[in-house]
Amino acid sequence: MKEQAQNKQIGAPMNRVDGHLKVTGAAKYSAEYELPNMAYAVLVGSTIAKGRLTGVDAKAAERAPGVLAVITHFNSPKVPGFDTAGKDPSQPATVGGPLKIFKDDKIHYSDQPIAVVVADSWERARHAARLVKGQYAPEKHKTNLEAGASEAFLPTAAKKNPKHPMNDYQRGQADAYKLGAIKLESEYVIPTEVHHPMELQAITAHWEAADKLTIYDKTQGTMATRRDFAKEWNLPEENVKVIATFVGGAFGNALHSWPHESAAIIAARVVNRPVKLMLTREQMFTNVGYRPYTWQKLGMSATPDGKITAITHESIGQTSNYEEFTESTLAQTRMMYQAPNVTTRYRLVSLDVCSPIWMRGPGEATGAFALESAMDEMAHMLNLDPLEFRLRNYTDKDPENGKPWSTKFLKECYQLGAERVGWSKRQLKPGSLRDGEWLIGYGMGVGTFGAHRGAATVGAQLLANGTVLLQCATTDIGPGTGTVMTQIAADTLGLDPKKIRFELGNSSFPKAGTQGGSSTVNSVGPATQEACLALKDKLRGLAGASNAAFASAKKEDVTLTDGYLALSSNPATRVAYADLIKQGGDKAVMVEARPGPEGQQYSMYSFSVHFVEVRVHELTGEVRVSKLVSCADAGTIVNEKTAGNQMKGGAVGGIGMALMEAAHIDDRFGRYVTKDFADYHVPVHADSPAVEVAFVNQPDPHVNALGTKGIGEIAIIGVAPAIANAVFNATGKRVRELPITPDKLI
Amino acid sequence: MNQFQYVRPSKQQAAIDAVAKDPNATFIAGGTNLVDLMKRGIATPQKLVDINRLPLARIDADPGKLRIGALALNSTVADDKQVRERQPLLAQALNAGASAQLRNMATVGGNMLQRTRCSYFYDLAMPCNKREPGSGCGALEGINRMHAIFGFSDKCIAVHPSDMSVALVALDATVLVSGPKGERRIPFIDFHRLPGDTPEKDTNLEKGELITAVDVPDGPFTKYVHYQKVRERASYAFALLSVAAALDIENNTIKAARLAMGGVAHKPWRLTAAEQLLVGKPATEDTFRQAAEVAMQGAKAFKHNAYKIKLGPNTIVQALRTAASAA
Ligand SMILES: Cc1cc2nc3c(=O)[nH]c(=O)nc-3n(C[C@H](O)[C@H](O)[C@H](O)COP(=O)(O)OP(=O)(O)OC[C@H]3O[C@@H](n4cnc5c(N)ncnc54)[C@H](O)[C@@H]3O)c2cc1C
Ligand code: SF4
Repeated sequence: MKEQAQNKQIGAPMNRVDGHLKVTGAAKYSAEYELPNMAYAVLVGSTIAKGRLTGVDAKAAERAPGVLAVITHFNSPKVPGFDTAGKDPSQPATVGGPLKIFKDDKIHYSDQPIAVVVADSWERARHAARLVKGQYAPEKHKTNLEAGASEAFLPTAAKKNPKHPMNDYQRGQADAYKLGAIKLESEYVIPTEVHHPMELQAITAHWEAADKLTIYDKTQGTMATRRDFAKEWNLPEENVKVIATFVGGAFGNALHSWPHESAAIIAARVVNRPVKLMLTREQMFTNVGYRPYTWQKLGMSATPDGKITAITHESIGQTSNYEEFTESTLAQTRMMYQAPNVTTRYRLVSLDVCSPIWMRGPGEATGAFALESAMDEMAHMLNLDPLEFRLRNYTDKDPENGKPWSTKFLKECYQLGAERVGWSKRQLKPGSLRDGEWLIGYGMGVGTFGAHRGAATVGAQLLANGTVLLQCATTDIGPGTGTVMTQIAADTLGLDPKKIRFELGNSSFPKAGTQGGSSTVNSVGPATQEACLALKDKLRGLAGASNAAFASAKKEDVTLTDGYLALSSNPATRVAYADLIKQGGDKAVMVEARPGPEGQQYSMYSFSVHFVEVRVHELTGEVRVSKLVSCADAGTIVNEKTAGNQMKGGAVGGIGMALMEAAHIDDRFGRYVTKDFADYHVPVHADSPAVEVAFVNQPDPHVNALGTKGIGEIAIIGVAPAIANAVFNATGKRVRELPITPDKLI
Repeated sequence: MNQFQYVRPSKQQAAIDAVAKDPNATFIAGGTNLVDLMKRGIATPQKLVDINRLPLARIDADPGKLRIGALALNSTVADDKQVRERQPLLAQALNAGASAQLRNMATVGGNMLQRTRCSYFYDLAMPCNKREPGSGCGALEGINRMHAIFGFSDKCIAVHPSDMSVALVALDATVLVSGPKGERRIPFIDFHRLPGDTPEKDTNLEKGELITAVDVPDGPFTKYVHYQKVRERASYAFALLSVAAALDIENNTIKAARLAMGGVAHKPWRLTAAEQLLVGKPATEDTFRQAAEVAMQGAKAFKHNAYKIKLGPNTIVQALRTAASAA
């Protein structure tokens, strides 16, 4: 686009606009709002995984100091929207629906909230919560996916709609890999992984009037959350306000409305005070989703010269007994490599567990573990360098639908990464390199994710002090949304970023989708751009009244400078803001930007490749990632620094996925045995090398005018298999069940 | 957390009396373990006797031994010049434990008395004989990846999680205790117990007995020592298994040896038979392997911890190898 030549802010590694607020503690997160007359709520969880709640002994809790209420299904007020038959208030369009807390006596999973205790202090509520005892009629539960695999089913949405992406897919001949002369068939397992953002899930619910609700909530979508709770309480959407100015990480677990949010809203209704509810770290394991335990089988055949002839990829993921959660586990297999025959089959198993929810690089990260491991296995069988094997199966158009790529610079990524990691040192024969007691290996893994874009609206206005205020309901869960939007606005307006404020995280602002699926910059970015253009045009019109040059100027020619509206072509032509303000008239615009028809014509994806060097101790089996280079084709990079942060965070998440993260259930009790950070490990600094990031930084002209494609997901997709492949290269041991802990390598 | 009383005596006898005379009273030092257990409802003391005012934080470099006060912080001990020079194995083991923040709070006495990390012990909704005698052992037929391969009983298969204690048992330390019946000295090896029929008792400390110090006798182990900890991430994780190795080597011949394992039993596990085998032998890989084999005799695995049978000897070899080449 034309204006790019003038970009000063887009592409610059600008510091976060809210960095200072965050490091000084001034940024307010949902648990930090203090309202007058506040009460505090703590949940009590079921100790059985399935059955009925026959009673709740709350006497001791009710007598405990400071307790205002103990709410259970036996005494909860009716939530009107819970009874609206057929209406599913959940945001992800799933079959079934989110758990309706306190609606009936059914226990669906262990630690499902059976009561909420409300008290005048959090400590008192927590103490009293421990005094509540549930009485149960237990039933036989199922929490083991393998044991339930025989009951795996095609998602209902796919059964109902033959075009649904979760249906079985086939091109060429079904299961053709079985006929290949050179073939492999491997099974892969990823355990349940839990998002565990630093910030715990928390909500402060405030009924400002009987029909007016304000919630300060940890959510990735203020509008979606508003919609959900407006429906639950049969309220017009405008009567519900959702505030999420700051979100301390989410990784997907705030893409869904959860029972604890409903509980806080019910509690606030019952005690008629604002109620704050914060989950414990333990409850973060059991009540707010996770990346589902998934079993996969991948069959592949190839010609001796390294052309893939067929792939069959099957997966069975777990879901809950009350909601069908699906994700795109098999998407990458259908489009990444040339292969004339491809079959994919996606199945679910319902277990007595909390519903899963998309976790960073959802589905694709799971599927890529199987696909990219199998690519490495096949390259090994063919005695080919795995990078060369991928190049031989590179696709210049989307093999799934025959459409051209909007842009694809994956080869460039390969080249950048291979050089930086020192790929030429890699030996074809596993176990060839060592440094004393440490075996050294190199591995790679590819990731991809759709360049999604949705409609978004941004409001822009010139304030009396000559600054510009932009507003949008989008959230910023950490990637730096406010920062990059400020950069985009600065370039479009020609204004110093310090004179721009981008406000977000409030459902009363102009509407935007949920921050998920790497789509925010793709969607809100162009809306910001268009709103700024519209604002310029509006101001140009106003200025035309006093200066004829503006009346005939093009909006692109108008620029905002310190104190004046001016023409870029002739900066001497200018009108002071003070004069414009005096003149009166509306200086605000609101513009909606929608994706164009390009989505129908092109296949739009971001791509990444991760190269790693690992060291594996020959005696103890400990794995250290000594180098990690992540390269991405994510279109235009609006901010090298925040984009780099995204990539690094994803890479570290990938190290966790590969080497340590696993939440285990003891199936006898249906309860997690990993319930804290001593049992569930996430990487610490010492586990991560200084991650190197390289971007191709080529605009994609088809997604939007900015040329962005999205980064958040591709940062993690492909990292775990890259590490697994490097471990194989170091040791000759192929680990197909994550995480790769020392016990699997000795 | 239940409601509790809190007292902070400045006299040792007052502290001892306060706990000895009240069945629901307990000492608190750094609180890094006890407070966690209270928050989870696993420990429910009605009175906390804070001992931080007692003068028990000194490290005395006496001739022939170091006397380390029970309230000396894990980080202070690990950084102490005398400790580093005279007992480098202890310093290494301490630094392998927890995180810098925790080591700055945790005391020597509290570290020895930290309770197992068995997940069933931590979950009030699951059976655990250690937490609730007679309720059954959740781990026995459950998820027991982290559990014991030595010295367990059918009542409990938990492991003791302390790193420091593995070094102290290898170094023949002695625990100094003061209680309602006066003072006594407990050899470190007798301090922790095997579970037997009473897994609720971790140690031989009696009610009201206060640990005042640990004596660590000087030995020849100032150079060839190594604490090898195998864990699932590079730092800040409990050991899957650990080995404390101390050698005295002259002309490549082992003159004296100490060896102990962590993460394998209900107490830090001293490997005396392996030590005996090492003495008089050349410090070679072959010798280390033989010692490792002897050390593992009698090990028995459960469903998820069979890897320890292999990881054990490998880690012993690695620890000895590194100790022997340390200089
Ligand atoms: C996240 C985390 C990770 C950890 N990782 C490790 C690790 O890797 N390796 C490791 O070894 N440890 C680890 N720890 C445990 C840590 O070392 C212990 O919590 C700490 O050493 C306990 O010391 P304290 O002074 O805080 O004890 P407290 O919590 O104050 O007390 C513990 C117990 O000892 C009793 N007690 C304390 N002092 C005395 C005394 N002088 N006389 C009699 N009784 C006494 C108390 O009554 C209590 O029962 C970890 C802890 C946490 C929380
Ligand atoms: S191993 Fe010991 S601590 Fe663990 S459940 Fe069994 S009895 Fe309890």
